[in-house]
Amino acid sequence: MPTYKAPLRDFRFLLNDLLNIQNYGNLPGFAEATPDMVDAVLDGSAQLMEEVIAPLNQVGDLEGCKLDNGVVTTPTGFKAAYKTYCEGGWNGLTADPEYGGQGLPHVLGLAMSEMMTSANMAFGMYPGLSHGAYEAIHAWGTDEQKKLYLPRIVSGEWSGTMNLTEPHCGTDLGLLRTKAEPQADGSYKITGTKIFISAGEHDLTSNIIHLVLAKVPGGPAGIKGISLFIVPKFMVNADGSLGARNGVMCGSLEHKMGIHGNATCVLNYDGATGYLIGEKHKGMRAMFTMMNAARLGVGMQGLAVAEIAYQNAVSYAKDRVQGRSLTGTKDAGKPADPIIVHPDIRRMLLTIRAFTEGARALALWTGINIDLANKHPDPAQRQAADDLVALLTPMVKSYLTDAGYESATMAQQVWGGHGYIRENGMEQFVRDARIAMIYEGANGIQALDLVGRKLPTGMGRLLRRFFHPVEQFIQENVAGPAGKDFVMPLAKAFARLQQATAYVAEQGLKNPDEAGAASSDYLRLFALVALGHMWAQKALVAQAKLNDGAQDRAFYETKLVTARFFMERLLPDTGSLLAKVQAGGRTMMALDAANF
Amino acid sequence: MKVLVAVKRVVDYNVKVRVKADGTGVDLANVKMSMNPFDEIGVEEAVRLKEAGKATEVIVVSIGPAQAQETLRTALAMGADRGILIKTDAEVQPLAVAKLLKAVCDAEQPGLVITGKQAIDDDSNQTGQMLAALWGRPQATFANKLFIEGDKAKVVREIDGGLQTVEIDLPAVLTTDLRLNEPRYASLPNIMKAKKKPIDEKTPESLGVDIASRLKVLKVAEPPKRVAGVKVPDVATLVQKLKTEAGVI
Ligand SMILES: Cc1cc2nc3c(=O)[nH]c(=O)nc-3n(C[C@H](O)[C@H](O)[C@H](O)COP(=O)(O)OP(=O)(O)OC[C@H]3O[C@@H](n4cnc5c(N)ncnc54)[C@H](O)[C@@H]3O)c2cc1C
Repeated sequence: MPTYKAPLRDFRFLLNDLLNIQNYGNLPGFAEATPDMVDAVLDGSAQLMEEVIAPLNQVGDLEGCKLDNGVVTTPTGFKAAYKTYCEGGWNGLTADPEYGGQGLPHVLGLAMSEMMTSANMAFGMYPGLSHGAYEAIHAWGTDEQKKLYLPRIVSGEWSGTMNLTEPHCGTDLGLLRTKAEPQADGSYKITGTKIFISAGEHDLTSNIIHLVLAKVPGGPAGIKGISLFIVPKFMVNADGSLGARNGVMCGSLEHKMGIHGNATCVLNYDGATGYLIGEKHKGMRAMFTMMNAARLGVGMQGLAVAEIAYQNAVSYAKDRVQGRSLTGTKDAGKPADPIIVHPDIRRMLLTIRAFTEGARALALWTGINIDLANKHPDPAQRQAADDLVALLTPMVKSYLTDAGYESATMAQQVWGGHGYIRENGMEQFVRDARIAMIYEGANGIQALDLVGRKLPTGMGRLLRRFFHPVEQFIQENVAGPAGKDFVMPLAKAFARLQQATAYVAEQGLKNPDEAGAASSDYLRLFALVALGHMWAQKALVAQAKLNDGAQDRAFYETKLVTARFFMERLLPDTGSLLAKVQAGGRTMMALDAANF
Repeated sequence: MKVLVAVKRVVDYNVKVRVKADGTGVDLANVKMSMNPFDEIGVEEAVRLKEAGKATEVIVVSIGPAQAQETLRTALAMGADRGILIKTDAEVQPLAVAKLLKAVCDAEQPGLVITGKQAIDDDSNQTGQMLAALWGRPQATFANKLFIEGDKAKVVREIDGGLQTVEIDLPAVLTTDLRLNEPRYASLPNIMKAKKKPIDEKTPESLGVDIASRLKVLKVAEPPKRVAGVKVPDVATLVQKLKTEAGVI
């Protein structure tokens, strides 16, 4: 069975040495986040994830969820583990203290969500979706709605869901049919069918708060006429106690490739009572609050699965003996050398590692900017951070899940045929990681979001939030001691990104299909540069630590080697990506559909 | 009743311990350290006594370097009320620890002192017993169950071949065995509260205790590596080999 150890040392390095979160003591929640407190919090949650949540990962995969007469049972152990998680107060880590949360920085929330997802992705989705519902109600709910729902969502007593998808509409929500009819008492009657609803029905909590997109009759057509509703599974009395069962039922569970431990439900709404949240017909705005949080969460899934897959590939590579090293026997006491002596095995392991550690830095950097966007006293700083998060979100969602999936298959490859065998657990990582590229806006849609929405915003204002600091970093460090190895490669890749950006902007204006054709390669190019920026900074920090005579030399030396590997082996892909972007969309659009 | 729990910072039980090349001890550089698991059981028991209204205050005490403060914080996060750190970078042997704890007992007057039956680094299994003797109070070692009944404690002890129930007068010393309880996971709010709980710093000198070593370590060595076994063709050969080669029968 696979095992999991939380990457606590790397979290400490990123939070304390790279992001310097101790410098933000003036922001609410950060004063508490001193290095020793952060350590204690990460240690505490890591212990729970490693010892309680991770052992249920394979059980969840093998058993899956069961539906019997509308009632969904989660796999053995999930309920007890969820209780332990909630009793420990972990569900409220970043939540508003006014509603029972601990108000700790979002960046710590991302770290915990990585650990929980590595331990057990299917399990982590239950609290993950509650978190999305929390965000939406917190941002858009009335005071009464907040008082009624938030404390119980924060404590974990109730969970949440997000209901967008219908059989005929996934990406294009303008096609939505679910109907919301106004009632005399101000509530609405919701009728329609939602599909693929994660955590839509289960036995972990006493109530489930569904956030549902629906159309109020007579409103504008398409996406402009969509509203968001709160639809509780059990009606909630004014004092928070539970009333009658509402008219929403789980019609069936999907049989799916992975995340078996998470219930993916068809939910039938049959005149269910719902309450408008936010403005009528402006539901997409509120939904995006939820989706932006969820997109980062999904990006973390790619990284998280890659991390645990990596750990188990490493332990196998040290243990499995097969063949002799090309440069002569390394372990004469054994009939063959462990496969970690082979360059190609090392290529795979280091590719995953250069990705996960770079991605973790990018994710936490995004996280700290969410904190700044929410909490910084200066509105200009808030705006700047918010812009950066908006720009990075499609990259975190898309690149981290694409590369996360690639990493999971690479880790499986290290295991050879044994990686294909269910009991060993490696193929589960591949199956679990796959969904993250699809839901929360398929990765192709993320690329369109980047090219079509984020680049043009404010005439490239979002873009400049990234370009300027990178330019500055390159200028300041290129002549320094780490310049040749770590800054020059970044500078080259950054130049390619600038070229690609100019191409997309220019061609896209003339012909939108050109922007669409370039979008996925462009996003990957951009994301690689973003990771390169993180790796170059990490290399500088690691070098400085070594120069200062840091104790933990092996850790910093490994960082430098991995940084070098990233520069030499991952970042050069920007060259071929640029070539693809500049090749344009001619061939893509040439064939008549009949000729495919 | 105050309950005093002694907690030791030791090499984490998951770490594969390595002996230093010069044979003077165990390599501690960059090794994960945690609370001695038997002490964790002790803290859990004390916190349960407090939750059950049998104890009024849980005090945790650790003897060791500045970093032992982290171990105290872990105990505070589990629910202990305050900590005492007796700071020293010197090696402290069981007798010295027992003397230091005795000094703390004199100052704090606890109704119960809980220690682990042993620490997983040196496995001495002496401190609790020595403390009871120095303090002149009863002891119940290897506790499997504890019931506080007024000014007495009924303790079920794990002994060779079974369980033994003893009754002792309080104040007393209890040492924990593995099955006494299952320690809880520290909750997030308690981890955060732990930071604000007081930790009092003392030194062996301030307590007037001489901690000079009475035992000398001659050599630390790894246990011999297991060598490959041999397959024997039948029982007769096995018996013969046990007699002549292994010399065990
Ligand atoms: C396990 C699982 C859990 C899920 N959980 C939830 C949930 O909790 N809540 C929820 O509401 N939904 C959920 N979903 C639904 C998921 O978000 C959708 O499946 C996803 O958004 C894609 O929609 P679709 O399946 O209808 O695909 P389609 O929209 O039909 O897309 C098919 C393909 O076409 C591409 N495409 C579509 N439109 C465009 C375009 N304009 N330009 C370029 N390419 C385009 C897409 O990228 C995709 O590759 C879940 C799905 C699964 C499988």
